Amino acid sequence: MINLEIPAKLQQVQQMAQQLAAGVFRPIARKYDAIEHCDTPEELKPVAQMMAAMPRGSGGKGGGDEIKNGSNMTGILAVEAMCWGDVGLMLSIPGSGLGNAAVMAVGTPEQKEKYGKLYCAMAITEPGAGSDSAAVSTTAELDGDEWVLNGEKIYCTAGQRCDAVVVWATLDKSLGKAAIKSFIVPRDNPGLQLVRVEDKMGLRVSDTAALSFNNCRIPKDHILGSAEIGDTEEARKKAFGGVMQTFDNTRPQVAAMALGVARAALEITREIFEKEGVGADFSKQPYNSTARELELYRLEADLEAARLMTLKAAWMADNGQPNSKEASMCKAKAGRMGNDVTLKCVALCGELGYSEGTLLEKLARDSKIIDIFEGTQQIQQLIVARHLLGLSSKELK
Amino acid sequence: MSTPLFDLTLTEEQRITRESMRRLARDTLSSQARAADDSVAADPALLDAISGFGLALMPMPEALGGVGMPRSPLSNALAVEDLAQGDMSHTLAALQPMAAVNALMDFGDEQQQERWLPALAAENFAGAAVALNEPRATFEPGAPATTANKAGDGYTLNGVKSLVPMAAQCQWFVVTAALDGDVAAFVVPADAEGLSIEPEPYMGLRSANMASLTLENVLVPAREKLPNFDLDRLLDLSRIGQCALAVGCCQALMEYSIPYVKERKAFGEPIAWRQSVAFMVANMGIEIEGMRLMMLRAASRAEQGLDFHREAYLAQLQCMEKAMEIGTNGIQLFGGAGFVRDYPLEMWYRNLRGIAVLHGSLMV
Repeated sequence: MINLEIPAKLQQVQQMAQQLAAGVFRPIARKYDAIEHCDTPEELKPVAQMMAAMPRGSGGKGGGDEIKNGSNMTGILAVEAMCWGDVGLMLSIPGSGLGNAAVMAVGTPEQKEKYGKLYCAMAITEPGAGSDSAAVSTTAELDGDEWVLNGEKIYCTAGQRCDAVVVWATLDKSLGKAAIKSFIVPRDNPGLQLVRVEDKMGLRVSDTAALSFNNCRIPKDHILGSAEIGDTEEARKKAFGGVMQTFDNTRPQVAAMALGVARAALEITREIFEKEGVGADFSKQPYNSTARELELYRLEADLEAARLMTLKAAWMADNGQPNSKEASMCKAKAGRMGNDVTLKCVALCGELGYSEGTLLEKLARDSKIIDIFEGTQQIQQLIVARHLLGLSSKELK
Repeated sequence: MSTPLFDLTLTEEQRITRESMRRLARDTLSSQARAADDSVAADPALLDAISGFGLALMPMPEALGGVGMPRSPLSNALAVEDLAQGDMSHTLAALQPMAAVNALMDFGDEQQQERWLPALAAENFAGAAVALNEPRATFEPGAPATTANKAGDGYTLNGVKSLVPMAAQCQWFVVTAALDGDVAAFVVPADAEGLSIEPEPYMGLRSANMASLTLENVLVPAREKLPNFDLDRLLDLSRIGQCALAVGCCQALMEYSIPYVKERKAFGEPIAWRQSVAFMVANMGIEIEGMRLMMLRAASRAEQGLDFHREAYLAQLQCMEKAMEIGTNGIQLFGGAGFVRDYPLEMWYRNLRGIAVLHGSLMV
């Protein structure tokens, strides 16, 4: 039966996350934006303990025909609410790294046991390989019982504060995508050096690190998934596709960040409007409304579209339905929506929006990266277009 | 506390209905749409084919010749979407009686239902419509220029109503008018003295045969005022109907464009292989997805008896803007071929602009 309302059970999660966002994140959002570089904020440590204690929802593909609202949807709601508080702080909660998602998705039971509860960052991007993740040139060579990693990684979220890094490296660059594997490297490995932590426009409290791997040796069992390289074209394609599939689950979660940031900006804008006597109460036809009412309606409509698309993509994952297209659709829509909404809210509120007196200008700085990381707007469009048109990456480059 | 899960699965009944409606849309409506548009006339066979699904009969009490099912804005919205994949104009035209029946079921009393509904209890098209729009740029449904004044045991109606589909074939209208600082609605028979119907040529939706009604001192008995009239509900349920029209047409447009851009070659390869073209298609898919989900949420809230004003308002705003973007990009993808009338692109473009102006026209 078609129903797009959030069931009561999930609303509880939403409310808890919202309380956390309002009670813990919001009051310190400005403080850490100004501090920028620091260790994990003290205020987040109890949050991490609380989250580690929460039962992990069951995954998607359970038995039976019954519809599920599971861990993917719960994640969307929690991330959205926390990012309403502060997206940078949400990303700084120890144990919530993208690397954790990768370990939980494809790790062996031993890897999950050992690293699942640690704080795992993800290192994919290199100075010469961004969106084109198949072009990574960090190498991994087997030497006896150890892998030896060499290369440079940049823009690694939590690369400074994490316990371990999931690193993408190639076993043989001449074999292309199929030879790219991911490896778990403990952060204190002597072959792993922190080069720098970036200074950024927004998302400042979240550490974005450049890492260097110099003959970095890790045990043989620290590879995620199989070490084999497919011997046929088909098998190779499938192997890399498997790696990319992690994104089908993570992209809606990143879309949810944009939802939280946009809702925060719209709520602040509405409060300011109401103080100044602008109602925006949906009482007149759009074109009979004032310009600022209409603009607010448009932004709210865009947020609503992105929100429902994100929920759908997560709902599909919860119910074991292939959602690659929908995951990219919601990331594309939410990414551009979040940026557009926050920027327009600054403009709509004039001096109050541009000043550091409200959070609007900060939200507008934070929102930009959400349309870039975890696949840029353009990469999402490319993926959606290939799905809709039935074209390969050779045809539609 | 137990509340329903978030779910996008159609019921078995909705799925079966969807299949047969899409079959009609694909096999018949889409191929006949152009001829009807050219001749500015709805095809009676198509109107009957759509009427055959009995959407107007569903909520009507059995005693009046209907099916006596609960009102279902959601099923109606799904039907509008499916049929509009074939042709927006005929969908709008053929489902006018459904909108009028819905208005009488929601806002009328039993006597009014007994007086006016049996005439529509037919398998074939039998006309009736809601007349709400007026020919003014700043028209606001809550402040119509059409007036009702108390006159003896009834009311005198004066004013002009526009954009009324199939008006010439309607047996009665639900007419909104200003009364004592509020808006009231009245059932007005098509043959009422002082009521005249003028066909109006419009940019699109031409086979919906839209017309203006001029009311000059039309006397309406007091018993024909709808006692439970709720303008917001009428507008909001119509907004859902407009969204469903837009989603259906845009879906058809995208599906029609995909094979074309894959076949059409420029610079030695299909134009679909170029990102500037492919991304236009991607954005169509992305926006249609958002439009459809917003429409479904508003409809499902209406179905569950939840407040749905904000959801319907935002859905309609999103649909009217994004649908037109898709409409104009559809022509762009086809280039000159989109502009000539051999292809349906220019018709869809003209039809989709209507989404922005059809206030109150398709109450689901």
